[in-house]
Order: sequence, then structure tokens, then C-alpha cells
Amino acid sequence: MSDNIVGIEYNRVTNTSSTDFPGHQASGDFSWDIEKFKQNFDIDIKYLTERTANFDLVHIDTSIANAFRRIMIAEVPSVAAEAVYMFMNTSVIQDEVLAHRIGLIPLKVDPDLLSWVDKTQDENNRYTEDNTIVLSLDVVCTKNPNAPKNSTNAKELYRNSHVYASDLKFEPHGSQLEKFKNNPVVPADPNILLAKLRPGQEISLRAHCILGIGSDHAKFSPVATASYRLMPVIDIREPITGALAVNFQKCFPPGVIGINDQGEAYVQDARKDTVSREVLRHEEFDGKVKLGRKRDHFIFNVESTGAMSPEEIFFKSVRVLKNKVEYLRNCPIGQ
Amino acid sequence: MASPQREGFSIPSSISHAALGQVTSKSLGVKYNCAQCAASFSLSKNDAIRCKECGHRVIYKSRTRRMVQFEAR
Repeated sequence: MSDNIVGIEYNRVTNTSSTDFPGHQASGDFSWDIEKFKQNFDIDIKYLTERTANFDLVHIDTSIANAFRRIMIAEVPSVAAEAVYMFMNTSVIQDEVLAHRIGLIPLKVDPDLLSWVDKTQDENNRYTEDNTIVLSLDVVCTKNPNAPKNSTNAKELYRNSHVYASDLKFEPHGSQLEKFKNNPVVPADPNILLAKLRPGQEISLRAHCILGIGSDHAKFSPVATASYRLMPVIDIREPITGALAVNFQKCFPPGVIGINDQGEAYVQDARKDTVSREVLRHEEFDGKVKLGRKRDHFIFNVESTGAMSPEEIFFKSVRVLKNKVEYLRNCPIGQ
Repeated sequence: MASPQREGFSIPSSISHAALGQVTSKSLGVKYNCAQCAASFSLSKNDAIRCKECGHRVIYKSRTRRMVQFEAR
């Protein structure tokens, strides 16, 4: 059992690499067996919201879990602005900086509705109604004649003094009118500040949004974060009671350690632990507790940028990995 | 990235004209903004370099509506 636990000591981590593969140990059969995997593997969804998913993958190898994480960040496609055509920009923010900011705005577009842009095409024929979404931004700042006296608030004194992501307007072309009838393209977060204007200043531009992947540019990544941590293990070797138990409890985040009727400390919920190692700094707990992490228990946290639901991003990462495997299998060298 | 190009500027056809400080081509459609009162106006060939509203002598060329392409990266 301890074989599967990464040891966490005062100043180092031990037993970090997995050994459950054929040929490493004398005893035990570690050959790959899909039936065995199906029996052992477990997925446990802790919570799902519109933007975040938290779930556990149990009894899976680090290489696979890490592949999912990396694919979610870098290889699941999503839509972002790629080309910005600036007609007028007299604001204090420079053209290229404004273009960059527009590129980073997450858009609420189903990536399945767009096809890939053919980069071999020349620039004039590259963008079509099947692969491009056009957003326009046209704002002019003016004075507000009805502004309250002595006001110093720019939002009261002027009209359009703040340009937000919600000012980007979708311009449907051709079949897009029908395709996006029920879910028009809007920024996922409407309150991202793009620029501030003063009377007389103007921004007028068109942005072409296309499909892309995170490995090309971070703006195409469908996740804000996709990360995992290993399940913490707290092994109490000797009973800890009385005042010591209260001190022991304080070494961990609330809810991790409970104290029973006999005043003895017990592990209530190790999942909540941050593994801060605070308990290892206190001499009185020397040898009484052993910290670790389960090597094949991954606690995933996936945070979507808003274009897709987080579970969809995970499913797509599985599909991408499957396609990669399929490609490898069909390579002549593998036969 | 496309390099921004300026409109309304043409290279003088002969050096001597430029040396004399004469403007050979009319600055048609070029707007100027006053640095003091922010008034917008255009100047013709023989006009003094002055704001038409307040007479201030510092004026700026205003940006044209010429399209400039940028990569959003």
C-alpha cells in the first residue's frame, strides 16, 4: 500500500516515481489489461458549475492524467480574435496594444460551428463565413450635457468614456445569420475594460475571430486553469489526545482533522488538506504523523473561460488524445 | 504586422521646391487639430500655420480613416 504513496518529509519528497509497470518488480502482474483498468478506474465528480469542474480521476497513470491536463490547456480548439482592422483609434491606447487586448477576450462561441482557417490561402481569400466571425467596435466619446455640476466622475461627465468588451458587436455574414440565430456571438465576460476615452476620441475597428489552439497562442486556450493535485494522505501513527490534539488540528486547514468524544484526533477529510507541512515543524508530533499523497489519485480542477462548459473541455481532451493514439496506431512503424 | 502608412503626404516633385519651403501639392482633405482649443480645420496652400479659431500656432495633423491591419497577438 505504501508503495503507492508519495512520502512528504520535512524537507523533501520521497518515492516519487511509479513502479507499477511490467519488469520493474519481481512480484505482481503489471501488464496492461483494459478489463483490469475498467474495474479499477474511477471518476468522481465533486462539483460542476457553469465555469468550473472539480473531479477525481482514481487509479490512472500520471502520464495519462498529465496528458489530459496539457491537452485541455494547449490543444482543445477555441475561438479568438486574430486579425484586427483598425479604421480609427484616437484613444491613448496604442493600436497594437488594443489589438492584443481584443485578441485576449474570451468569446462565447461554440467552436464546433466554425471550420479551420486555411493558412496556405492568401490573406484576401483566407477568411470566409464558415471559418470567421466578424466583430465590430465603433465608439465615439462625447460630453454629457446633462452631467451633474461639480462631478468629477468620467462616467457622468462623458458618454462612452469606458469601452467594454460588451461594446464588441457581432456582424453576421451570409449563413451565419441563421447559424447563430439562437446564440449570437458575445464576449463571455461583458465587463472587461478595453480602453478609456475622453470627448472627441474615437475607436472604430473590425476584428476577425478564428479557430485556434492554445499551443499557438494562449488566447485560444479554452481554460483559464486546468490543473491537478494528488490526493493528500495523513497517517496518524500514534494517538494524539487532549491539548495536543487541538494543536494538531490547528496545523491543518479547517475540516481536515476532527476530534472525537475521547479527545483523540482523527483524519476527517484529507482531501481538504493543502499539505502545508506545518505539522512537521512541531517537535511534539515527531514520529506521530506521516504525510503523503496518493500517486494515482488526481484531483482535477478545470476552469473554463466561458465558451464551453468545463466538462465539455475535458471530453474534448479525451477525444484529442484518442485521435493521437489512433494516428500512432496507423503509423507503419507500429505494425 | 502591417506598417501604418500616412496619407496626405507626397514626396515633393523637385528638391528645389522643397528647399524653398513651398508646398507643391495641395494638402487636400488633411485635417488639423489645434493643440490649444482642439478645433478641427483644414489649411490651404497660403494659409498661415495658425488655428482658425484661437490663433494658436501649434497644430497637429489628425489621423486619417485609412485602415491599418494588426495581428491580435
